[in-house]
Amino acid sequence: MNHEQNPVLTISDLSIDYLGEPTVHAVKNVSLTLGRGEILGLAGESGCGKTTLAYGVNRLLKPPAVISSGHAVFHSREGYSIDLASLEGEDLRAFRWSRISMVFQGAMNSLNPVISIRAQLEDIFTTHRPDLPKRERRRRCAELLERVGVDPSRLTSFPHELSGGMRQRVMIAMAMALDPQIMIMDEPTTALDVVVQREILREITRLRAELGFAVIFITHDLPLLLEISDRIAVMRAGEIVELADAGELYTNPQHDYTKQLLASFPSLTGDRGDFVRSGVKQEVAS
Amino acid sequence: MRHLLQKLGFYLIALWAAISLNFFIPRWMPGNPVDIMLSKLAQRGPVTPETRRAIELLLGGDSSLPLWDQYWQYLGQVLGGDLGVSVAYFPTPVVQVIDQTLPWTIGLIGISTVISFLLGIGLGQLAGWKRGSWLDNVVPVTTMFQSVPYFWLALILLFAFGSVWQVFPLNGGYDVWEVSPGWSPEFIGSVLYYGTLPALTIVISSIGGWMLGMRNMMVSTLSEDYIVTAEAKGLKPRRIMTSYAARNAVLPSVAGFAISLGFVVAGSIVTEAVFSYPGIGSALLQAVNSNDYALMQGIFLVITLSVLGANLLVDLLYTVIDPRTRARA
Repeated sequence: MNHEQNPVLTISDLSIDYLGEPTVHAVKNVSLTLGRGEILGLAGESGCGKTTLAYGVNRLLKPPAVISSGHAVFHSREGYSIDLASLEGEDLRAFRWSRISMVFQGAMNSLNPVISIRAQLEDIFTTHRPDLPKRERRRRCAELLERVGVDPSRLTSFPHELSGGMRQRVMIAMAMALDPQIMIMDEPTTALDVVVQREILREITRLRAELGFAVIFITHDLPLLLEISDRIAVMRAGEIVELADAGELYTNPQHDYTKQLLASFPSLTGDRGDFVRSGVKQEVAS
Repeated sequence: MRHLLQKLGFYLIALWAAISLNFFIPRWMPGNPVDIMLSKLAQRGPVTPETRRAIELLLGGDSSLPLWDQYWQYLGQVLGGDLGVSVAYFPTPVVQVIDQTLPWTIGLIGISTVISFLLGIGLGQLAGWKRGSWLDNVVPVTTMFQSVPYFWLALILLFAFGSVWQVFPLNGGYDVWEVSPGWSPEFIGSVLYYGTLPALTIVISSIGGWMLGMRNMMVSTLSEDYIVTAEAKGLKPRRIMTSYAARNAVLPSVAGFAISLGFVVAGSIVTEAVFSYPGIGSALLQAVNSNDYALMQGIFLVITLSVLGANLLVDLLYTVIDPRTRARA
């Protein structure tokens, strides 16, 4: 299988705890491999540890969260591998965004409200590519926005002047700025209406084909994942209960929870109100 | 541009309202300065109607004219810069008294307010950024100094550094025996030397609020999503602290700063009384003690102007630092 021959990220036995009273085991012994250029869906209910896992991979966890076991190893295109836990300080800072970038849950609030879109995009270049001349920097910022279908004249705008969908696109443009090998998307479309959501998803899949980055796509929307992902991991209570090809998972789910998730979405066909009634019936039966 | 003109128009109307109130309120109040002066004179001997007339003319309170005409006359004189003659500093015109005292007040209280603000914001930013550091322990100390009555704190410091250790002079704005006013290095040095202790007391007593406010805003800003984004972007911590966290956290403090700038003139009375500083607060105290209505009114006008001016300044500044408050033309 491709993802095992040519991985870009290997997570092995990763556990993350929140050291509270009592200690919460948010992620339990998760192992998975992300192939180069692959879209891996990560599905599961709210609070099952999806976001914690993503933050753990990118080393963004704040106390009281700690990684209690396991590794995440990044395999670069250039042929070297880095254990993410070994990165500290300046190395970690330089690694972030240039290798793994992220689009956050609720990208509505991910932009700094008081500085312009341009300043926030240029930030990335001035920090990671300090030698880049100003003209080139500006050109790239405009190009990035164009790539996600936002008019480059919007560079001078402030976040509050953009619609939710545009802000989301700006975040995606930002995530692509340094041509990363992995993009983690944490519910990038949850707050958007379905039409905008569809446009953005099409954009992501198109850009993926063009640029060849791998995507970890986190959402609780399983039908959406079925459509766009190569493989899907289903998470529950901090554990990955099933990991399979998207088609396989849909036609032949193995785990009870996966079956339950698949059954939880109303179908367009079938009797009106059937879903609610049968849903209730199922719960009583089980 | 239109936005700016609208703002200026609003402030002009506010200014007119303030000047009008400044005229009407003393006239609606019971008692008038002419009667007070006459009763004082009457204790020494009989007062003739001519004396009464003379005093009325002197104070500009010609009560034979209708109030409306007096009002127009008053507006004309205020616009022409004529605020009458001071009784306490007779025969100096009020404008001249204000002209002589205002620079001292703005110099001392204005500069210490700015220092206190900048220092408090800076320290609060660091305290919020590195929560649990030694700076967090400084916050309660500074708030304690703020809760102590100001005059008491000022007197203690004056006693300690002016009398016990004699590091600083006890009172005054400069060394009146050794140097004469002017743009000479000796005079400026003397002003700085005399102003240090009063400025210190103001900074000590007001820095706590800035620091606490900024620290707490910093802490809550740091939990915003855009801070995590900035961190994931791999930005340098310094950049995250300044343009992402502090830039947003400082906004409420700037609004507070506008208010405290407006109180620079009004808030100078206690400081100047304790340190016998030759500022406008001392003049106001003097005016109140000697029923000098013209001077009081003049100083109230200056206070109003300074509040309006400071607000206008920060209003304009705010549209620069917070793009969300910019009205789209």
